[in-house]
Amino acid sequence: MASSEEDGTVEEKENNNKKRTISTLATAWLTFYNIAMTAGWLVLAMAMMRFYIQKGTHKGLYRSIARTLKFFQTFALVEVGHCAIGIVRTSVIVTGVQVCSRIFMVWFITNSIRQIQSEESVILFLVVWTVTEITRYSYYTFNLLHHLPYFIKWARYNLFIVLYPLGVVGELMTIYAALPFVRRSGMYSMRLPNVYNVSFDYYYCLIVVMLSYIPLFPQLYFHMLRQRRKVLHGEVIVEKDD
Amino acid sequence: LSRAKKAVVFFEVEILDAKTKDKLCFLDKVRTYFFSSYPQWYPARQSIRLDPKGKSLKDEDVLQHLPVGTTATFYFRDLGAQISWVTVFLTEYTGPLVIYLMFYFRVPFIYAPKYDFTTSKHWVVHLACMCHSFHYVKRLLETLFVHRFSHGTMPLRNIFKNCTYYWGFAAWMAYYINHPLYTPPIYGEQQIRLALIVFLFCQIGNFSIHVALRNLRPPGSKTRKIPYPTKNPFTWIFLLVSCPNYTYELGSWLGFTLMTQCLPVAFFTLVGFIQMTVWAKGKHRSYLKEFRDYPPLRSPILPFVL
Repeated sequence: MASSEEDGTVEEKENNNKKRTISTLATAWLTFYNIAMTAGWLVLAMAMMRFYIQKGTHKGLYRSIARTLKFFQTFALVEVGHCAIGIVRTSVIVTGVQVCSRIFMVWFITNSIRQIQSEESVILFLVVWTVTEITRYSYYTFNLLHHLPYFIKWARYNLFIVLYPLGVVGELMTIYAALPFVRRSGMYSMRLPNVYNVSFDYYYCLIVVMLSYIPLFPQLYFHMLRQRRKVLHGEVIVEKDD
Repeated sequence: LSRAKKAVVFFEVEILDAKTKDKLCFLDKVRTYFFSSYPQWYPARQSIRLDPKGKSLKDEDVLQHLPVGTTATFYFRDLGAQISWVTVFLTEYTGPLVIYLMFYFRVPFIYAPKYDFTTSKHWVVHLACMCHSFHYVKRLLETLFVHRFSHGTMPLRNIFKNCTYYWGFAAWMAYYINHPLYTPPIYGEQQIRLALIVFLFCQIGNFSIHVALRNLRPPGSKTRKIPYPTKNPFTWIFLLVSCPNYTYELGSWLGFTLMTQCLPVAFFTLVGFIQMTVWAKGKHRSYLKEFRDYPPLRSPILPFVL
């Protein structure tokens, strides 16, 4: 699912007693991090395009970019750390849920269930993720450098309207396609009797995951819509005053 | 996020000067008057404050002692539907008691039909049922006879949240402990005996702390005092810990985990521990803020550690 972070930086709060600017070190690290992630997802995008142009098919595309994808998507875990130590002003839980859902898709679905790697739905969510992440990380980068081109801001707060639902469709279709293979192989599952006196059925777990999109997706989507109204309409009002 | 509504309602409050002392106006009178004008907002859900963003005033606050002049302007905020703490506790604790017993007696539709109304062949399963039931009966009795609550009510939605947590976990644990394919603890009798001792020790400890806390507060009052060790050795832990009731609760569930050797129980213990640590840290912080002479050696929940 696309991220719902509002901002990549901490702004000074005038009405706060405590100063909330982050140190130069933190700014430097965040700038480096966001540039690196933008670059990483750009590399992924180009690798995907090159594969498709050369081979003319999407079969095997996932395998060719799997390592890079796993690296950059997993590295995004540090963003939870950023929120936790306060250099990024977003809720730890929201970021955590975002990143964990991505990690889940990459490691527990596409990476471990080989048979679905050539599904079209995989390409769908990969394309959505790539466009979203390039937009998001470049937005943060430019924000930190205090030079935000309007088209990046426009992209960040408008593309999600289409990309978000598309990404959800891609992810759900992929999980659905994986179900029969999970059932047959009994992977990640544990049956009684065992010494821990617990049982776990990955098949039903996946069904619960799919159902959880129903309450979660609208909440995140409307949150982004509200952010959009605040950021884009807020700017319009200021211009009119000038 | 609701904002404080400024309700400008004028009341005439007659302060009668009795022969020996002033008749003081407690804030609960203000709440009663407000309720008579707005019957949908009973006193428990009224948050009355002097400042829209300030703290809610208490029923014990006296009108004369507040920083107001001849006219007082209060800000009202609706706290939403309220439910009493006693009701919540009784509901959330009765659930696990009943649910666990349903699994223990293997009521139909839980396990395969051939197991309906059978009993487990492992004696630890019977022991676990007794311990679990004892724990919740103890909690119910404490709610009725021991605890003295500072707040009368909490938001209504809490009862759904709390009951889902307690009832859900109780069902999850009970399913595996009372399952026909249950595996008893690896180290057998030794493990179970040690677990039982830990469990009982902590149950008595937990009860002792609840009684000690009750005795700090005279009936009907809402005063707060620093708890200190009493003659009961189980309360000597107050020397090292601010919230030993949580410490003992953790100990009880660790004992139960050891006794049943069941991963869901371990998980429940962990989640409970995290929640209790959050509460203990909050309580510890408010003790430190309220009392200058608060003993410095104490930790919130685990001696020296947390």
